[in-house]
Amino acid sequence: MKTPFDSLIKEFVKEVGSTGPVAIEGGKTRWNLHGLPTAETNIIRAPSGIITHTPEEMIVKVRAGTTVMELHKDLKKNGQRTSLPERGGTVGGAIAVGENHLNMLGRGRVRDAVLQIRYISAEGEIITCGAPVVKNVSGFSLHKLMVGSLGTLGVIAEVTLRTNPIPDMSTWVTASSKTPQDIFNALYKPSAVLWDGETIWVHLEGHVSDIENQRKTLLNLGNFEAVEDAPGLPRYRWSMKPSDLVQINRQETGNFVASIGVGTLWADRPQPRKPVDQVSEKITKELKHQFDPHGRLNPGRTFL
Amino acid sequence: MVIINKIQQYFENRKLSSNPLVAELQRALSRDRVLEEEEDRLLHSKDESVFEGGLAGPVCFPRTTEEVQAIMRIAQLFEHPVIPRGAGSGLAGGAVPLGAPIVVAMTEMNKINEVDIDNRIAWVEPGVINFELSEYLRPMGFHYAPDPSSQQICTIGGNVANNSGGPHCLADGVTDSHVVAIEVVLPDGELGQFGGIDSEPRGLDLRGAFIGSEGTLGITTKIAVRLTPNPEEVQTILISFATMRKAAETVSAVIANGIVPAAMEAMDQKTIEVIEKHIPAGYPTDVGAVLLVEVEGLPDGVENDALQICEIAEAHEALDIKLAQNSWQREALWKGRKSAFGASTYLAPNYYLHDTVVPRSQLANVLDKVNELAAANELTVMNVFHAGDGNLHPLILFDAEEEGTLERVHAVGAEIVKISLEAGGVLSGEHGIGIEKQEFMSELFTDEDLRHQNKLRYAFDPQCRINPGKILPIGHSCADIQTLHKPPEGIWV
Ligand SMILES: Cc1cc2nc3c(=O)[nH]c(=O)nc-3n(C[C@H](O)[C@H](O)[C@H](O)COP(=O)(O)OP(=O)(O)OC[C@H]3O[C@@H](n4cnc5c(N)ncnc54)[C@H](O)[C@@H]3O)c2cc1C
Repeated sequence: MKTPFDSLIKEFVKEVGSTGPVAIEGGKTRWNLHGLPTAETNIIRAPSGIITHTPEEMIVKVRAGTTVMELHKDLKKNGQRTSLPERGGTVGGAIAVGENHLNMLGRGRVRDAVLQIRYISAEGEIITCGAPVVKNVSGFSLHKLMVGSLGTLGVIAEVTLRTNPIPDMSTWVTASSKTPQDIFNALYKPSAVLWDGETIWVHLEGHVSDIENQRKTLLNLGNFEAVEDAPGLPRYRWSMKPSDLVQINRQETGNFVASIGVGTLWADRPQPRKPVDQVSEKITKELKHQFDPHGRLNPGRTFL
Repeated sequence: MVIINKIQQYFENRKLSSNPLVAELQRALSRDRVLEEEEDRLLHSKDESVFEGGLAGPVCFPRTTEEVQAIMRIAQLFEHPVIPRGAGSGLAGGAVPLGAPIVVAMTEMNKINEVDIDNRIAWVEPGVINFELSEYLRPMGFHYAPDPSSQQICTIGGNVANNSGGPHCLADGVTDSHVVAIEVVLPDGELGQFGGIDSEPRGLDLRGAFIGSEGTLGITTKIAVRLTPNPEEVQTILISFATMRKAAETVSAVIANGIVPAAMEAMDQKTIEVIEKHIPAGYPTDVGAVLLVEVEGLPDGVENDALQICEIAEAHEALDIKLAQNSWQREALWKGRKSAFGASTYLAPNYYLHDTVVPRSQLANVLDKVNELAAANELTVMNVFHAGDGNLHPLILFDAEEEGTLERVHAVGAEIVKISLEAGGVLSGEHGIGIEKQEFMSELFTDEDLRHQNKLRYAFDPQCRINPGKILPIGHSCADIQTLHKPPEGIWV
């Protein structure tokens, strides 16, 4: 069913307008990603606030300007959370960037959590894609395309996300290790396994006694002990094949923390650019042309 | 040598079709892998949906990506439409050819190319059968999670195109969550790779845009699927209720309590009855409905969730709760569920399977309305569905030989869609739009929304030649659907 928009979203539509360069600022935690907006760009903020949270449906509808912290604080009252990373940014920003939570293995991917997006088009119309139910294959998956699109195809105004239950217990344990892959393989669905070349940190979530058992498994593999939190992460985020993480060249990365089984690496140095598949490049250009023919949405940012 | 080649070429050419398009395709593949006889085309003019009126052009069976590219280039040269096809088990008419397109049947590209345990993925060709992939992986400690009820026949390529689901997609997500990369041949014959094995591939998620596009954006020739570790512990529970309402309320309550089981399927009394006639699965036949629930994971978590589910069911007046005691019992319970559609022939020779989604809290109300509607139209309806995610599957039973019945079935179908939308639901949870629900798209989306969906299609296929006439309604698609229902002049009438 087509559902109406609230007045805040309508105001936002006016603000975005239909002419002139425009960019949205969220928490500015990833402001430099793939270029900065050009000087003459009108920088605005998306409206904020949770619209509806239906815990029994495990769904939350939220305005894009809401911070992830705020969202999670509210969901926690009903024992729920989402897969969005908590980095001080907004929901819209997290989706536009598309980076996953440190505990992605436990929480799921950002792109899998996005059920519906309402965005403002370059022409200033409100477009709805996806739907606020947990399973849906009605039409083209535009909402998938919006995740990680850096707001270059549409300005994200409202998002409906899948929530998931906060597990009974969650804990970090650490030990020194040279064989992170073996530790990963020995565990059943850990939430995160991080490794800096010397030390390993494991995040376990679930039922209390299962965690105890997983901990026992770990004690057979190393001197694991409890820690408060994940290690601090170096500045640059790399995207790698999980199997490449065990043979990292420190000269290339500097200090690093690798997410075993996932492939994300945080390093002191930025990742060298990988060549873009030419066909993907062609379609990306065509999509940009289709969705934003005059290049007014987030000018200056590009994947190419 | 050159002369011998020329002679060979001469004889080869003599055997080629007199139709220039077909001859070109035969030259690119081989004579025997491009079929043009009427019976072959008829065989590929339908899928498992109730839609008649499809018309296939030449039917090709490529064996390599290069052959698929060659087909696409020839199609472009001849400005001829193309339709990819898997096993033809689709239920929304996605694989029903309109406008005599070249049918690209992917069933001979059926190799599992590589199992990469370190990266927990497998590269497979699109013609690999879903069930065979899981069976292949299981001894290695893994499986492919999405398990459509048609898994014994449907292909991974078809699953990707339809973003298919299955009973075990409740906790871990549908196809989209289990496909990390795809290789795609575009309408101009170029080959792209979307997504990747790395954690966060750079650029737009063209993989995500392609999954669920029902064969309209290109042909996928290679797919990297995620491997899911086999669970350490599985508990299968069969819960019976006096009414479907009680079963549906239990589903809602389980989710509201923060438990997401691996699967949570519902079956009504008629379904149970025919299944038990068909194969004894161990379901009680004197109850109004059953829920088949499965919890997976580590032993204590499984026990804890199973216990909570039983308590919730009891609070909702469950009549009986049965736990599968061994893998044999578990398999029997699942076999019953998966053979429900086939078993329906005990009641009527034909069925029309619907697929809508409603918020879980609306399940009971919507089911009541569906049953009232069927009764008012003197049609029998069976309900067997993925209750955990609110995905309804009313199965309308009928005899196609009886005059006027199909019209009534379609009318009731349209009403079911309306009822689901009114309850805040959507047109389809897993079967797709195809030609079945095209005209309902405007009920869910505005004109601008649809125009934007078409922009996506256009970016991949500007001439609208790949599986034309699907998904978007008349007036919103780049192809004129009306003309597609008429065969092109001169050929294949
Ligand atoms: C008894 C029964 C039970 C079913 N149960 C379920 C269920 O539980 N869940 C569910 O989701 N579905 C179910 N289905 C529907 C159907 O099986 C799925 O949609 C399945 O994924 C279709 O796969 P297929 O290989 O048969 O594809 P086809 O029907 O041949 O094609 C489906 C679509 O995919 C496109 N396509 C096929 N291959 C490719 C390719 N390589 N590249 C690009 N496009 C391609 C086609 O053009 C078409 O649009 C069921 C069907 C039946 C008959």
